[in-house]
Amino acid sequence: MPAVSKGDGMRGLAVFISDIRNCKSKEAEIKRINKELANIRSKFKGDKALDGYSKKKYVCKLLFIFLLGHDIDFGHMEAVNLLSSNKYTEKQIGYLFISVLVNSNSELIRLINNAIKNDLSSRNPTFMCLALHCIANVGSREMAEAFAGEIPRILVAGDTMDSVKQSAALCLLRLYKTSPDLVLMGEWTSRVVHLLNDQHMGVVTAAISLITCLSQKNPDEFKTCVSLAVSRLSRIVSSASTDLQDYTYYFVPAPWLSCKLLRLLQCYPPPEDGAVKGRLVECLETILNKAQEPPKSKKVQHSNAKNAILFEAISLIIHYDSEPNLLVRACNQLGQFLQHRETNLRYLALESMCTLASSEFSHEAVKTHIETVINALKTERDVSVRQRAADLLYAMCDRSNAKQIVAEMLSYLETADYSIREEMVLKVAILAEKYAVDYSWYVDTILNLIRIAGDYVSEEVWYRVIQIVINRDDVQGYAAKTVFEALQAPACHENMVKVGGYILGEFGNLIAGDPRSSPLVQFNLLHSKFHLCSVPTRALLLSAYIKFINLFPETKSTIQEVLRSDSQIRNSDVELQQRAVEYLKLSSIASTDVLATVLEEMPPFPERESSILAKLKKKKGPGAVSVNELEEGKREGGELNGGGERGGDSSTSAVGSTPSPSADLLGLRAGPPVTAAAPSAGSLLVDVFSEAGVNDDGFLRFVCKNNGVLFENQLLQIGIKSEYRQNLGRMYLFYGNKTSVQFVTFTTTSTLVCLEPLIEGGAQVQQVINIECLTDFSDAPLLNIKFRYGGALQNLTLKLPVTINKFFQPTEMASHDFFQRWKQLSLPQQEAQKIFKANHAMDTEVLKAKLLGLGMALLENVDPNPENFVCAGVIQTKAQQVGSLLRLEPNAQAQMYRLTVRSSKDTVSKRLCELLAEQF
Amino acid sequence: MIKAILIFNNHGKPRLSKFYEHYTEDTEQQIIRETFHLVSKRDENVCNFLEGGLLIGGSENKLIYRHYATLYFVFCVDSSESELGILDLIQVFVETLDKCFENVCELDLIFHMDKVHNILAEMVMGGMVLETNMSEIITQAEAHNKMEKSEAGIAGAPARAVSAVKNMNLPEMPKNINIGDISIKVPNLPSFK
Repeated sequence: MPAVSKGDGMRGLAVFISDIRNCKSKEAEIKRINKELANIRSKFKGDKALDGYSKKKYVCKLLFIFLLGHDIDFGHMEAVNLLSSNKYTEKQIGYLFISVLVNSNSELIRLINNAIKNDLSSRNPTFMCLALHCIANVGSREMAEAFAGEIPRILVAGDTMDSVKQSAALCLLRLYKTSPDLVLMGEWTSRVVHLLNDQHMGVVTAAISLITCLSQKNPDEFKTCVSLAVSRLSRIVSSASTDLQDYTYYFVPAPWLSCKLLRLLQCYPPPEDGAVKGRLVECLETILNKAQEPPKSKKVQHSNAKNAILFEAISLIIHYDSEPNLLVRACNQLGQFLQHRETNLRYLALESMCTLASSEFSHEAVKTHIETVINALKTERDVSVRQRAADLLYAMCDRSNAKQIVAEMLSYLETADYSIREEMVLKVAILAEKYAVDYSWYVDTILNLIRIAGDYVSEEVWYRVIQIVINRDDVQGYAAKTVFEALQAPACHENMVKVGGYILGEFGNLIAGDPRSSPLVQFNLLHSKFHLCSVPTRALLLSAYIKFINLFPETKSTIQEVLRSDSQIRNSDVELQQRAVEYLKLSSIASTDVLATVLEEMPPFPERESSILAKLKKKKGPGAVSVNELEEGKREGGELNGGGERGGDSSTSAVGSTPSPSADLLGLRAGPPVTAAAPSAGSLLVDVFSEAGVNDDGFLRFVCKNNGVLFENQLLQIGIKSEYRQNLGRMYLFYGNKTSVQFVTFTTTSTLVCLEPLIEGGAQVQQVINIECLTDFSDAPLLNIKFRYGGALQNLTLKLPVTINKFFQPTEMASHDFFQRWKQLSLPQQEAQKIFKANHAMDTEVLKAKLLGLGMALLENVDPNPENFVCAGVIQTKAQQVGSLLRLEPNAQAQMYRLTVRSSKDTVSKRLCELLAEQF
Repeated sequence: MIKAILIFNNHGKPRLSKFYEHYTEDTEQQIIRETFHLVSKRDENVCNFLEGGLLIGGSENKLIYRHYATLYFVFCVDSSESELGILDLIQVFVETLDKCFENVCELDLIFHMDKVHNILAEMVMGGMVLETNMSEIITQAEAHNKMEKSEAGIAGAPARAVSAVKNMNLPEMPKNINIGDISIKVPNLPSFK
């Protein structure tokens, strides 16, 4: 007889499910579900008492609806009521509902606990199991408080049924995991260990999970489990395949339990007792021997089960790392699996070998498989397996095979899956550095890395190569030559340009003797890449140029010409412009001596832990790379180029200030090299100017709101509050000094200047700006802030968040009015349209809030498509009023928006469109 | 520890989801989608293990799965479980379902969700394995079934309705696909919801 006869379903449920499955569209499905939810709700709320069958049916429906991904916000009470039923059917469905739908924070827990308490004391094993299941599923703190004392008693009581014991063991485990402080060790602990000897294999199966977890946390208290586990394992391993009857799985005796026993033993060192150890070694040998025997069945389940035990045995052998004989056998066994036709076994063999590679007894043995592993990296069809092969190559790498492995990894990178490229790049970079005998090989490798997988080369990697080149005189000339050659390629990666710019700026002189790489050739080569690069790289290149002026005075006029060109000195990017201006001035005013001091070669970096390694550790979690520590004297702190607190007052900004000998000109320390106008207090350098590029974002945040923080760095915070009426506005600016030192000569220039010249440490001053909108405008007013902090002049320019939309008056209108006006504004220049990708989640409420913040009236029920938004408003300026209409059409599927703005003045439409396109 | 057990069909429709760690309902749905996305794009004949998706803990966890006819059975486990052991466990689960439902098919999981949950509860509890012995699991399920029968006077009637519903969705005869020792009926359904 089948355990579940198919006939006894519930008709209402079956019909409902069929209805859902016949729905042609998602909408229809939601409609049907809502109808059903309403029906169930009314049934639950109704006066008529429901019989158990109906309750069960409705709860089943709710479960089905939940599985389809719909929220269920009622029915909990009914489910709790079912718990107190005397009928198994009803009780069971109640518990099911709770285990699926009630989370541990529910306020119903107290009621549920009551029902559980009754069931636990009912002495009905079925009810007890249901209750224990529920505790294990919910596992909340309240439950632990209520039952942590009771469950150990049930577990070790002599008269408890086996099935209840099983449930109690796992229930206790769950409580121990969630609230270890509430599960108190006591006299039950020793009796729990003896469950390993229990007659009933099911009890052992459940208990072993509990014992393993307890042993991990309290190894000493549970030490006795080792000998018990060994004897149990030995009995299973030596039993004939039929001895264990139902626990024999495809001719393998109790594979699951064997695996768990072997795992438990991995919590402890090898047994000290000679007899126990002898018995265990015998077991392990038997398991290894069995692997060589012909299979008892051709079924994959048979070999699966057998190998599951084998792999656990090998893990244990690796964990002990003390029996050379067993280790070598394990390694040979894994070697066989490396070429097995089962993909699963190849995968697991690669994974196990990774841990084996770190054992001194077997490292050499693992290395003999290098060709197979390289082959796996090249030919495996499955990316999971290839990834394991790459891991193993990394683990087995040492000085003798580093060149081969790095070369193979590099060539694999060209075709590697995108998902693992970044990790591969890090690994190559680490191996190249760790096993570099000559640094020219290292430089070649990293440049190859950038060439092959430039996009995946993180900052850490290219920072590191520069750091090493700077620290090693012997490789500098070679590095300069190699980057120069690499830059010849018509299309090189931006990271290559960065490394090239930095290295030529520092060491270009080492290759300048060769007419093929004369200073001007070098400069022209770098400058040919300039226009294709992003702003941070351009900034770095500008710094390289000023270094060139120092290295090669003959390039001075050419470079000054470049700096003077409009595209530099009037560059729209503040950072680039500032660099161009300052470098130009510096090069024309400072004497050669001063230049030479300011632009001196970078001093060596302090040795510290490779940030690449730190990054890989972060990616893989601690421990994953512990075998491969790079440097002995490593220091805490991951950041590669930060930290060096040198160069007290190194302000090179403005004319005539005293340059410091170690000015960090290329800005490498500052993460994205932003400015050379370094203020004092080295450690602050990073934070102050990495903000410089953000100012614009700050501005855009205020399009749809009036209050907030406009700017913040380590020194200064600027907050804004503003209000607008008609064409007038008032803005309060709050300047907060975040340091403990005074800011002196604090001045702001904007529409109005009225500020005390001094901000005390920790103090805040307020500035009020009155604004009148005379006519429509596109450019925001600028706010320039200058102050001295610790002797260094700080200069900051921000856009004040005053935008045209602040002067909107909302206009309510009905649908036909809207469309009539929309049609009136039909000249092509009156309309501005933009289609753009969503930057944020497309949440209706958030969109509405933003549109309201814009200042227009949000018109409901105007657009025939309810997904769309339409707004109307009038911009008030002193000169005129500009009526504007707006329509925003989200496309959730494509994550895109189409924005259309029509207004009576073309510049207004355009500006509104620009502003808004950044907001969603 | 087993973090989650998911069953979904070839189109990603969930047929069973059981989470042993607490996630919000939204996250659970996202995890199901993410897992389906990861598993379904894999070829047949590749290995049965892969790193978990980001939502369920990334490379800390493994997804171990089997694909039977129209259904994927996916177990998400942490590093304390044996990969092959979990594969065996999936097989035990499926064989048990097959015995309990007499040639289990996707529709059985849809129409008897409560029973599938019960059978699973006999095997796995709070993310740990309770029992691996198939006959023991089936015995328990039978016992529960008997109890239900004896209590349910009313529930027996609409028996035929269910089979009628099931049959009306079957335009063709079911074909059998053999996997290992068991055969799973694959009804050729127009489209699964």
